[in-house]
Order: sequence, then structure tokens, then C-alpha cells
Amino acid sequence: MTPEEIRGRVEEFLAEHPVATTEPNAFLHARYQAGLAWVAFPEGEGGLGVSRALQPLVNDLFEAAGAPDNNPRRNGIGLGMAAPTILAYGTPEQRSRFLEPLWCGEEIWCQLFSEPGAGSDLAGLATRAVLDGDEWVVNGQKVWTSGAHNADFAILVARTDPDVPKHRGLTYFLCDMHDPGVEVRPLRQITGEAEFNEVFLTDVRIPDAHRLGAVGQGWEVANATLNNERVAIGGAAMPREGGLLGVVAESWRTHPENHTPELRDRLLRLWVESEVARLTGARLRQKLAVGQPGPEGSAMKLTFASINQRLTGLDLELRGEEGLRYEDGDGWAMVRPEHVDFAGRDAVYRYLRAKGNSIEGGTSEILRNIVAERVLGLPGEHRVDKDVAWKEIPR
Amino acid sequence: MSGLEVELLDNELDADLRATVRSFLSERCDPTQVVKAYDGDSSLTPVLWKGLAAELGLAGLLVPESYGGAGASAREAAVVLEELGRSVAPVPFLTSAVVATSVLLAAPTEKGVELLGGLAAGERTAALVVPLTATTAQPLEPGETTVRSVAGALEADTLLVPVATPAGVEVRAVSADQATITPVSSLDMTRQLADVRLDPAAGEVVVAADHGADGVRSGLLAGAALMASEQVGVAQWCLTTTVDYLKVRRQFGRIVGGYQALKHRLADLYTSVEGAGAAARYAAGALALGDPEETEIATHVAAAYCGDLAVTAAEEAVQLHGGIGMTWEHPAHLYLKRAKADQIAYGLPGLHRDRLGALVDI
Repeated sequence: MTPEEIRGRVEEFLAEHPVATTEPNAFLHARYQAGLAWVAFPEGEGGLGVSRALQPLVNDLFEAAGAPDNNPRRNGIGLGMAAPTILAYGTPEQRSRFLEPLWCGEEIWCQLFSEPGAGSDLAGLATRAVLDGDEWVVNGQKVWTSGAHNADFAILVARTDPDVPKHRGLTYFLCDMHDPGVEVRPLRQITGEAEFNEVFLTDVRIPDAHRLGAVGQGWEVANATLNNERVAIGGAAMPREGGLLGVVAESWRTHPENHTPELRDRLLRLWVESEVARLTGARLRQKLAVGQPGPEGSAMKLTFASINQRLTGLDLELRGEEGLRYEDGDGWAMVRPEHVDFAGRDAVYRYLRAKGNSIEGGTSEILRNIVAERVLGLPGEHRVDKDVAWKEIPR
Repeated sequence: MSGLEVELLDNELDADLRATVRSFLSERCDPTQVVKAYDGDSSLTPVLWKGLAAELGLAGLLVPESYGGAGASAREAAVVLEELGRSVAPVPFLTSAVVATSVLLAAPTEKGVELLGGLAAGERTAALVVPLTATTAQPLEPGETTVRSVAGALEADTLLVPVATPAGVEVRAVSADQATITPVSSLDMTRQLADVRLDPAAGEVVVAADHGADGVRSGLLAGAALMASEQVGVAQWCLTTTVDYLKVRRQFGRIVGGYQALKHRLADLYTSVEGAGAAARYAAGALALGDPEETEIATHVAAAYCGDLAVTAAEEAVQLHGGIGMTWEHPAHLYLKRAKADQIAYGLPGLHRDRLGALVDI
């Protein structure tokens, strides 16, 4: 489909569903049903089966028309990770049950992957799921769960077979966060806020119909999610001086009293690196337009974390004494944000929040292993636990 | 200031061009031949250059068909330069087919058009008489004078000389026969420098005084923009060769590429090389689209980033090869020397950052 054709579709849709007179939720459902939600998805599932490259144009056209949006920032995990994984591994029933309310923002998603004992070594996770009739009974503890306090559903990886090596005994589920066995507790971070949570799962019952992929296929499905996550984190389309660079460049411009040649050169180095990262992201999207995300997304995420951390650190220096004050909102008070926003709040918040960028979604150290092994083909790490039944691994 | 839409991957034609140049160079540009330039034997250069310029017709890529060229663009030249960098090919493509050609294209006189035809056909080779470090026209006063550290002069039959006149800077073409060209023992002997002594009055005007300064400036900017692609080629060779070596080298009973200290360095290098590839291709794309402000921004970004990156890649290649990386026998040093010389050519990375800052209000 050409850009002109899709533009025609959007215009036709807007003519049939005038923004001014259509109820916002009805508008979103109609947009989904017209295949103008995520256009690369198949027909009948919110898309038209066309190139991903057309998505920005469609989004721009709806935005320009003042159309209601699906509050994408509130459902980043749903849109960026759960949806592509459900599309790839879901049964027709699962796709028709979950995708539409997810896209429309009626059901918010979170991710129940990491555990206190399984961070970088995600495949070692211990949350157990045991089949009881046609339901799975799940017990365990998850951690670093962004937005669990707002979520309706979660993508969950649990151990279904402890007698086989760790990668082979995992299964992927779609978990109802309103189940009485789900308990969400805030986890306060270095910013003072609690954007993360601990999630305790006690006899949570998940119907077998909400298992995504085969029993024992969980590791493969989880990797599909993580590749999408790394693209979602590192690869969003951005204008020049978008993101944190724009914020820090503005600090420079508004604090001429603090200018020194050294600060200027550091900012310009980061300007160059940010622009290079923007172009690398654009090239990655050109590649994605013809295929699925691969491990190259890991390299983008590495770059993004490093640039953000240096930019936000420089920002505090550029601001002089203002950089020492954490005054917006309630300062250090513990709050529960609606969504994750790296650029939200003031410079102190941004500096502290950016520290998470090299930890969340795969630490930079693990991502370097992934790039070295899966992109460059270098030998894997020496692993003592790879061929041992999970229950035999010392812990 | 939102940037242009540029195709950042090879299209089918780019891929064909790349394959052609790569197969030509793999047959005729062996590192064991290239290294001889450091021992006083530069006989590879004319053979290679004739093949690339005339047989493959690459010298005329930037020249419009109306002047007898191929009517291609900076995009295609970037593909060629990536491959030339990957082979550290000792040919005057950048100095003649990019820099000198771009100077002339600004506003050629009748004589300039004639010269462009000769350059495009691969019959003539030109060099701009400025130090390789130049980023702006450094016009000569009339009368005999010497310009140090000129790149491409040794291979050129025609020297383009910026000359100060009361009306502005004009560019004159002086036959190499009328100049004294003294070879310099250079850091990078695959792009050997020369000191050039000449009298500009001996030449013919090829760009008139009202356009000369702009012509020289745009030639040097095109040089910096497209040298970034050469630097990408250098860096890609260094990365690939180092990765391949670390997959076979064993110490302590293990493939050394399995050690995390080395894997992480290579992962970082890969990440930077990918970025350099995107930045260089974008600069070439902006140049091809002819948007002056965007070309300057994109060039400064690519030059600042790729200049340092190629050096890092070459230094990592030497280090991670261990002792063999220090030897004359291993080609890594050819890439280190090219990378370091390129970093200093057409403006240091810090100069490009400074100019970028002026353009983006920082």
C-alpha cells in the first residue's frame, strides 16, 4: 500500500467518524476495526498487513485531525511488548480477546518477568506454575514491575518443569492482575517515587486458554518480547534534538552564565552522539520495515542508556546551583506515577531516573554479551548450569 | 531543523556497485602490495586508479551527464569510498573525484567544464592545492610559492590552485609539469602527501573569482562528508578482522573471543561502527539532495563521529591482535595510519563540533 492510499483510508475513516461528534472510546474501537490501529498487524486484528514504515504517517494524520489517542504512554508495555508477542504466539481466540482492548487502552499491561533471584539470569526464575485441571496454579514473587499498580493483565513467565534444564522448563502466560492471589506492593526508587513494584503471586489461577505458546516454549516467547522491548526502549522515531538532548540543549541556552568551553564541547559530543543514535534508529526502522527485530536492537538500547546518563549528568552541571535543588512536585515524597517518563519532572529526577536505563530491560553488561554472541558470533559465556536440571542448580 | 528523509541502507543499485568495487579490489588491491608504498614502491596506485577511474567509470560519479559524467550522486560515491576504505586502497578517488571535482562543479568556466569532462572520463586527475588539514580556501598570492602537505598531488596531472585576486578567490588549473612536486614521507603512505611549489599565474581560470571561495569550501566540505564513508570502511575492516581473529586465537585453552573483557569491547565497537555507518550515509544523502544547511550539519556530525571512531577501531584492532598487530606483516597498521591521518584531514573532530555548535545554537 502506498502512503497516498493509506492517507486516503485515514481521510475516509475521519469522514465517517468525525472527531468532534464521535465518543472517544467508540472512535478508538472503530479505528481498530478499520485496521488503522497498528497497520502492520493483520487485517481483523487492528491492522492492514502493510509495512510498519506507514505507521508514523497514520499516527501523524490522526494526531493532526485532533483524534483521541489510546494514551500510549500509560500502556507502553502492552503496546510495545505484550501485543507483538500475542500476535506472534497467540491463538486466534487469544488475539481476538486481548488485542483490541489492549490497543484501545481499556486494559493496561505489565510484565512479570524478573524475580529477586532471577535478574540477568532470567531463565533461572523460580515462580512455579502447576497444572490443576484446565487451570494453572501460580506461586512466586516478581520484582521491578513497572506499572503493576495500574495493570489489568500481565505477561508472565513461570516454571512449569523443574526437572529439565532451566531454558526448557518455562512457559509463558497472560495473567489477570485482578486475581485475588495477586498482591502488588510499591518499591521505592532512588528518585523517591515508586514506579516499580514487587508482585507476590499466591495460588493465582490462570486458565490454560491464557497460556501463550506451548508448555516449555516460554523462553523462546520471552525472547521475542525482550527483542521488542529493546526496540521499544531504544528505537522510537525521534526528531532531531528530541528526547533528553532537547531538554539539555535548552538548559545550555537558558544558562549562559554557566558556559565554559569544556561544558560546550561535552554537550556537542553528546549532541553528535544523540544525532548519530537518532540516525541509527532510523536505519534500524528501515530494516524493521522488512522484518522482525533482531539482536541489533540491543545495540540501540546500549547507546540510549549511555547517552541519557551522560546527558542528564551534564544537565545538572549546566544548571549551576539550580542543579542542586529537587523541588518540583513534592521533592523526595513517595508518589505513584501514572506512567514512566524519563524526561518528566526536574533535572535531579532525570539524572537519577536515567541510572535505571542501563539496568531495566537487560543490563548493559548482558546486552554487550548479546551483541557479542548473537551479532558478532563470538563464543558464549562459560555456563555451568546449562545442561543441568533446574532443580539441581545451586541457589 | 528536523532532518531529511534519507534511505540509509543500500538499495539494489548500491549493492551492485559495492559488489563490483569489492570484487575489483579483492583481485587487485592485496595488502601485501599496498604495504610496498611504505618501502618506496607506489607502482600499485596508477594501475588501480586506471581500473577504477576509467574501466569502472567511477571517477565521473559526481559529474553530471551534461559534462560527460555518470550523473550519479554522493550516495554512490559514499558506497565506493566505504569499499576503498575497507581495502585502504591507495587511489586519488577522494582528492580528485570528490574534492577537486566538487570545487569545479561549483561554477566551472569553459576550461573548467573541459577539465570536468577529462576527470569524468578518467583521462585526467586533479588535486586541490591546499594542506590536507584545510577546511576553508587558503588562497595564494600571485607569485611562486610552496604549499605543504598536499594530498593527491603526486597522482595528479592538474593542480587546482585557489588564488587571491581583487575580485575574490579564483581557482586556476596548473599543469603538474609546471610545478615542483616533492613527495613527503607521510604518516599514511596510501595517501601520500607532497609539498607543491608553483606559480599560480601559469594556470587557466577554471572557477571565476565570484565563486572560487565557495567552490573551494564546498569541495572541502564534500571531502569531509564523504571521507566519513571511507572511515566507516576502515572501521568495518578493523572490526570484522578483529572479530574473526578472536574467534580462532586460543590462550589458556580457550578461544580468546569468549572472554567477556574482549567481547564487551567488541560489542561497543560494533555499536559505534553501526552508528558511524548511519551518520556517514546520512551525510552523503544530504549532500546528494543538495540541501546546503542540512549538508553542513550532517557533515559536521559525520566527520566528528567517524573521524574518532575509525581511529578507535584501528587502535582496538592493533591491541586485540596482540603482538601480531604490531608487525609490519599484518595489515592492521595500514588501517591505523589511514585512520589517524583521516582524523586530522579536512578538519579535526573538535573543529567540526565547534562549527556544528555555531549552526545549532550551542
